[in-house]
Amino acid sequence: MTFRKYLVLAGVTLCAAVGDSLLSRGMKDVGNISLRHPSDLILAITNPFVAIGIVFLLGFFASYMTALSWADLTYVLPATSLGYVLLALIAKYLLHEDVTPLRWVGILLISGGVGFVTQGPELTHHAPHKECGEKTVSTRVAP
Amino acid sequence: MKFVYEWSAILAIVLASTTGDVLLSRAMKQVGDVGARYHQAGLWQVIVQILRTPSFLLGVLAMTVAFYSLLFGLSWGDVSLIAPASASLTFVANAIAAKFFLHERVDHRRWTAALMVAAGVFLLAG
Repeated sequence: MTFRKYLVLAGVTLCAAVGDSLLSRGMKDVGNISLRHPSDLILAITNPFVAIGIVFLLGFFASYMTALSWADLTYVLPATSLGYVLLALIAKYLLHEDVTPLRWVGILLISGGVGFVTQGPELTHHAPHKECGEKTVSTRVAP
Repeated sequence: MKFVYEWSAILAIVLASTTGDVLLSRAMKQVGDVGARYHQAGLWQVIVQILRTPSFLLGVLAMTVAFYSLLFGLSWGDVSLIAPASASLTFVANAIAAKFFLHERVDHRRWTAALMVAAGVFLLAG
């Protein structure tokens, strides 16, 4: 893993956390949406919080695509889940909300999961396809 | 009735999100390392190549379904149920789907990480 790749994973984490927060805030303003009025979903985009949230989610999407181009899905998803921890820390230290003991357990579990997955390889090396009965030779080096 | 709406939304979010993640991951593996491709062919060529990958377009469609399912779910039900349940179940569903559809090597380390994160997200967002 290079520094550039860690930056991409940080981009996924930050953009997702900020985007989701803004989207949640905006949907509180918009209120209930009925299946009978699906056009309300389009109008929801005119809410500034929803609009800026979508810009951040586009940033998330671009960095997420970049990460998936060189890492497995089962590596990228846990590795970028620190955004949930970030949201809880923002809630406690910036918004002065109460973080319950159960939530601290959640933070520990996520941090442990991230530490676990980032210790391993980021990409599965698939063996070359078999051709005309030839034996497959794997390039993976045994640990 | 609210219970049915909430869990229908959660199921729709998890299925659509997992389908989208798997398709997007497949598309990006076909494209290759974006950083290396950018230095070889330039940004425009990389964007065109991504947009011409069928898995990418289907993945975006599935993600759009997941996004609107989330919006519907948040407008109908309690965010304290829908957000943690859909997020944590998506982690587990993705690990299963990646093993079978993407043939990723989901070893004990990755299973443990996925389950720890899923449990942590549920506790944190619940």
